[in-house]
Amino acid sequence: MGTDALEVLSAGRRLTTTRTPGYENDELWISAADLEQATGWTLKPEGLCRDEVCAAVAPVDRERLVDGEVVCASGLWKILGRAVLHDESRSVWMLGESASDRSRNLESLEAPDFTLPDVTGKLHSLSDFRGKKVFLATWASW
Amino acid sequence: MWQKLYEELCDQNFMIITVAMDSRGTKSAGGPIRRSKATYTSLIDEDHLVADLYNMVNVPQAVWIDEAGRIVRPAEVPGAALTFNLAKLRKLRAIYLDAIRDWARNGEKSEHVFSPGEARAHLPEFTDDIALAHANFHLGRHLWEHGDRVEAMRFLRTATELSPESWNFFRQMKNLQNILGSGGPEFIGRVRRASKAGKEYYALPDMPAMTQLAK
Repeated sequence: MGTDALEVLSAGRRLTTTRTPGYENDELWISAADLEQATGWTLKPEGLCRDEVCAAVAPVDRERLVDGEVVCASGLWKILGRAVLHDESRSVWMLGESASDRSRNLESLEAPDFTLPDVTGKLHSLSDFRGKKVFLATWASW
Repeated sequence: MWQKLYEELCDQNFMIITVAMDSRGTKSAGGPIRRSKATYTSLIDEDHLVADLYNMVNVPQAVWIDEAGRIVRPAEVPGAALTFNLAKLRKLRAIYLDAIRDWARNGEKSEHVFSPGEARAHLPEFTDDIALAHANFHLGRHLWEHGDRVEAMRFLRTATELSPESWNFFRQMKNLQNILGSGGPEFIGRVRRASKAGKEYYALPDMPAMTQLAK
């Protein structure tokens, strides 16, 4: 992997992109469009939003963490109480979910959707089966 | 494992989705899936995303989701037990399969469908440590495949420490190291510690007939 290459992981998503020139490497500065693609969260005037949920970003933080079309994703994640991890070379970043977001999703009892491959690589989503009763069961080969 | 049940119930507006928590992907889960000749949906989850979304800690675990996409039974152990008592195991499994049949045929009228309040009361708490553990596991899994394995192992190990109740993290980590994750002193020690803390390796599902079985 070249020194400018970046991988941004989040639950159920993965984005390969490049470093934004002119920003320090100790934080994750990427375009707002990349952030949305990598995490599903969009920066809007009311905060960082996904579906109908918005997490407020204070003006002072916005000043510090948003630079036009470029955002400090790691900084935004930290102020929202979400895990930010990276490898030693800071070329692979993981933007985690907060326990409160996960809890709120489950408390709504709306089954969280996911998209995963079958053995041939074909993707299937839980929501493809809306209208049927679904018995969802895990197993493992180990 | 679920094929017979699926054939019996597939005309009841009912689907089974199995998800393999297998970080080695088709390399490890592909064989069993092909051999099962399953006609239901069999998926592979290298990052253990479903365990993250549904707050699961072990396999097998199951969730019941109704026609409107609502959880009517949160994650539970679908008729498995850590026991050498085969008669008890068969009984347990029969009770659970009967409950699924009842739900498939009777839908929301089934006595096994929780009310929203009951369903919420059965959700295990999603703690900050669990959320952080999933992030560590996810990054560790990725680095194991695409990066430095020594570094990867640090994140995987951290996941098992942050979420000591997750058998998935522990056993998957051991599997990636080519060590059998179940059995052995470390595993048995963990099972005992969890049991003392009131977290059974395989807790019984909350169903009337199960409670009688436990007596």
